Amino acid sequence: MSATVETVDQITDLADEKYKYGFVTDIESDTLPPGLNEDTIRFISAKKDEPEWMLEWRLKAFRHWLTLEEPDWQKPKFPKIDYQDACYYAAPKNMKDGPQSLDEVDPELLATYEKLGIPLREQEMLAGVAVDAVFDSVSVATTFKAKLEEVGVIFCPISEAVKRCPELVKKYMGSVVPFNDNTYATLNSAVFTDGSFVYIPKGVRCPMELSTYFRINEANTGQFERTLIIADEGSYVSYLEGCTAPMRDENQLHAAVVELIAHDDAEIKYSTVQNWYPGDENGVGGIYNFVTKRAACRGRNSKVSWTQVETGSAITWKYPSCVLLGDNSVGEFYSIAITNNRQMADTGTKMIHIGKNTSSRIISKGISAGKSDQTYRGLVRMAGKANGARNYTQCDSLLIGDTCGAHTVPYIESKNPSAVVEHEATTSTISEDQLFYLRQRGIDEETAVALIVNGFCRDVLQQLPMEFAVEAQKLVGISLEGSVG
Amino acid sequence: MLEIKNLHVTVDGTEILKGIDLSLGSGEMHAIMGPNGSGKSTLSYTIAGRAGYDVTEGEILFKGQNIVDLSPEDRAAEGIFLAFQYPVEIPGVANTTFLKEALNAMRRHRGEDELDAMQFVRMLREKVKELGISDDMLKRAVNAGFSGGEKKRNEILQMSVLEPALAVLDETDSGLDIDALKIVADGVNRLRNPERSMLMITHYQRLLDYIVPDFVHVLAHGRIQRSGGKELAQELEKNGYAEFTKTDAAA
Amino acid sequence: MNTQTDQILPFAGILEQAAASLPGADLDWVRAMRIRSYDRYVELGIPTVRQEAWKYTRLKTLEDTVFSPYHGDSNQTVDVLPGIHAASGAGVRLVFVNGHFRADLSNQEELPAGVILENLAATMIRDSNWLESQIANPLLGAAGSLESLNAAAMHDGYVLHVAKNVVVVKPIEVVFVGGLSEGPVASFPRNLIVLDEGAEARIIVHQCSAGTDASFSNTVSTVSLGQNARLSLATLQEEGDDATSVSTTQVECARDSAFDSMTLSMGAQLSRTEQHVALAGEGSSCRLDGAYLMRGSSHCDHTTLVDHLVPNTTSNEMFKGVLNDESRAVFQGKIVVHPDAQHTDGRMLNKTMLLSDRAEIDTKPELEIYADDVKCAHGATSGQLDETALFYLRSRGIPEAQARNLLVQSFLGEVIERITDDVLRDTITEKVVGWLPTGGQSS
Repeated sequence: MSATVETVDQITDLADEKYKYGFVTDIESDTLPPGLNEDTIRFISAKKDEPEWMLEWRLKAFRHWLTLEEPDWQKPKFPKIDYQDACYYAAPKNMKDGPQSLDEVDPELLATYEKLGIPLREQEMLAGVAVDAVFDSVSVATTFKAKLEEVGVIFCPISEAVKRCPELVKKYMGSVVPFNDNTYATLNSAVFTDGSFVYIPKGVRCPMELSTYFRINEANTGQFERTLIIADEGSYVSYLEGCTAPMRDENQLHAAVVELIAHDDAEIKYSTVQNWYPGDENGVGGIYNFVTKRAACRGRNSKVSWTQVETGSAITWKYPSCVLLGDNSVGEFYSIAITNNRQMADTGTKMIHIGKNTSSRIISKGISAGKSDQTYRGLVRMAGKANGARNYTQCDSLLIGDTCGAHTVPYIESKNPSAVVEHEATTSTISEDQLFYLRQRGIDEETAVALIVNGFCRDVLQQLPMEFAVEAQKLVGISLEGSVG
Repeated sequence: MLEIKNLHVTVDGTEILKGIDLSLGSGEMHAIMGPNGSGKSTLSYTIAGRAGYDVTEGEILFKGQNIVDLSPEDRAAEGIFLAFQYPVEIPGVANTTFLKEALNAMRRHRGEDELDAMQFVRMLREKVKELGISDDMLKRAVNAGFSGGEKKRNEILQMSVLEPALAVLDETDSGLDIDALKIVADGVNRLRNPERSMLMITHYQRLLDYIVPDFVHVLAHGRIQRSGGKELAQELEKNGYAEFTKTDAAA
Repeated sequence: MNTQTDQILPFAGILEQAAASLPGADLDWVRAMRIRSYDRYVELGIPTVRQEAWKYTRLKTLEDTVFSPYHGDSNQTVDVLPGIHAASGAGVRLVFVNGHFRADLSNQEELPAGVILENLAATMIRDSNWLESQIANPLLGAAGSLESLNAAAMHDGYVLHVAKNVVVVKPIEVVFVGGLSEGPVASFPRNLIVLDEGAEARIIVHQCSAGTDASFSNTVSTVSLGQNARLSLATLQEEGDDATSVSTTQVECARDSAFDSMTLSMGAQLSRTEQHVALAGEGSSCRLDGAYLMRGSSHCDHTTLVDHLVPNTTSNEMFKGVLNDESRAVFQGKIVVHPDAQHTDGRMLNKTMLLSDRAEIDTKPELEIYADDVKCAHGATSGQLDETALFYLRSRGIPEAQARNLLVQSFLGEVIERITDDVLRDTITEKVVGWLPTGGQSS
């Protein structure tokens, strides 16, 4: 049965839910005082027991960052961020030496993840999903490690990878998103605290879904995780990412970097359900989600697929991209972005076609409600040598109510006559006819809205792995509560 | 079953219905006929509770209860079904999903247990078979890309699943060729039973050749001008609505 | 990247050099407008690719060529003057050479009563108050740098004022001839079109070069349409390879008025045609069409902005083009639906065919929407000739070169067919056929 069928039940169950992840976990933590300078970076590096080369790389990034000005071309505007006012390291206190097994993990922490719907105890796990859980600045648990190692898959916190497989980290980190890429990526390169590392060896099809849950718990703390996924020749991996944060009045910065590398015939499927705290209905608080995500399809016939469901954050500003270098490589971007109340989002993708016969597909569904404002921004570039390249873009906006905004800003650049680019965009609303029709059949208004919106998003929801599809559909319903009527 | 008393309805500040009285008993099939602009669709939307159709006077009693202040979904749950003249397209929402949600919403309302996916599919298969509708139509999005005939058949399918006590059929014949009309009429006739009343709204007599009513009412200028048996329809077919349009001009 | 800082600002000091010879020197409001606009221009500088609106178009000639306004005698011989309706002697035509009005080459007769058609300098003398009310206010403050430069340095242009309910049946042709001088020449035409309630007119503008010298023209046109007024404006850009041409047209549409525009770009080294339409009255509509045919290293840029300000307005844009050699085209279209502008219908389409592997198209079709009950859509495609269609034609015995041309013609046909003036449509079709490589259509 299709996941959509389940939608309505889920939504009805959750009719009274608002932001259910808004609790704060009361854990003693080991937190660096606010402030950002070279000592902060040395402290983080020392905490992680990093080799010298890693520290040098961080410092190089930091020194460069000091020379940068923040961009201001994005649609959502926000007050200047005071970087000296934030904390750059927070870790649950008794995790200092790293847990050797789940038994050593603070029970309070395990309970937190259970509240989030992520049981870390392997026996309780959904079969076939390995989880790395990142709590503030550190990875607290990675499950199914042993099983993955049997087939040679490395799935561990990046802080561990730096020590365990430094050659891989050295070779690939910063190779897709260079340390000097943009303000936030550069800051991340200097202060990143944890994140996940994945290496899939040649010819291996990763036997289970890999998943990371990110959680910001500490007040006044930025989260700067870094994810690096390498799919060697002929391998396959599906990776899921989820995020939540407590409700707090101040804005918290989340500036992550995700780098994906796909070699010949390899495929990476990267799915995100982003549900950071969006702030309250007056726009107070919430996460600034400024993330740099980029994939390099380096090998022939390689494929990277980004699927994202964005319902959270006060401001979402990111463009998961694909650089299609290998001949016949494929990039995909499927996105649902929902903004309500005073949320703002400026999101989309970049598809850079360099290799021959590369193809890309962009399906973006934006839903704006309340007083929110949303922009799709996308770049499709066909380089001179991208013979036979293809792109198809479909970009639809749904507006609910007359106080929100929906904008579409595509950039299409083609230097190759045999490259074909097709772009379509539409705007629509939920018509009064549709609502009345559904209500006449006995369906109440909120359910009717959720049903219509899920229908609008169907093309994208179908791309999500099953476990996430259900969660995503629930989110669609919850995010739009109170937007009609 | 349905008792309409002195119903006055205003749309955008203009009075469209100017005192309708109508009474439907259990199991009866009534036809409302009238020229364009007589208020036929206004009557059907008002019974179903569409926003913007303001009842300024009178009442609509359904199973003895005045439903004028009920929301559309509550009326649906009480057992009122409107077969739309122009069924609405809902892209991306599968017909099955939609029907299951609608049925379970009503069952919840009535305090009945919801059907699980298996029970629902089994029930749906039967209904579909009875009406000779293809399984394919269930998988497609609600009315999206359906032909005129398919849309009307889909309305009949919904009626058979939701099993209403009162069905209002608004211009069910519009946009149908004769073959499609026969199929739809056949579906409606199968769903007639002693517990179910139907109110059929139409401009043309031809539908009544296939769905034979017990009573016929002529609606013009916001009022029922005449009521009678099925022979009234034949008379209208012969003479047209001229007589009734005149009536009002003289008034 | 930004070389401007170490360079002298182009046209710096233009006011001191030319103030006395510019028209309106005796009018306070004109002087004030020039000074304020010049200050704003100095503040903004010449647009650079670092600015979002100029991301794809670089005014390179202004970096390495010094252009001066033409101050010589206005009596150059012009061998051939373009004209479509006027060619047969049947039409009204105004001619400007290097930006200066040439009464001897123009014909302003045969216009119905209630129509004023003259050059800007004449209007300054005849009715300075009216002119001030039409062009002085909207300019200052918010104008872009090139518009400000134009307002500072404007010397002439055409003015058309059609009185209430007057319909000008015959098209009015306006010819701008550039490059007839010794040394690089700059011109700053300033045009004004005012159609009162219910008035109708058609204008065909020819931009062409007669000489061989480099030219830079920076044109600003202001169009104001009263209730129910209709204006159709066609611009044929056919300047030579040494021409750099930028133009900005500001249109304001009152209730139920309609603005139709067709731009044919097939000349100039670099041209930028910018149109801003404000649909300010309910029921107003605009249609912005364009066809571009570029070869060599030419560059054309079509930038449009349509503001839907009130409910029930309609806009429709279609730009199609063909690029050969190393040419490059830019299309930037933006539809803004303001809050409360419900029932807006906005459509935009841009399609480009690349005939060479060195050509480039950059497209940015934007929607900015703040009202929910609207219909807006845009589409963009880029590609080459359809190989299947080509094969089909060849299998029917049509030689390849001719088949290619036929397909290009049919590609552009979609937009050219939207031209309602038969004579204009035929002329443009002929120009398209003439542009195609030899071996083209033989009929």
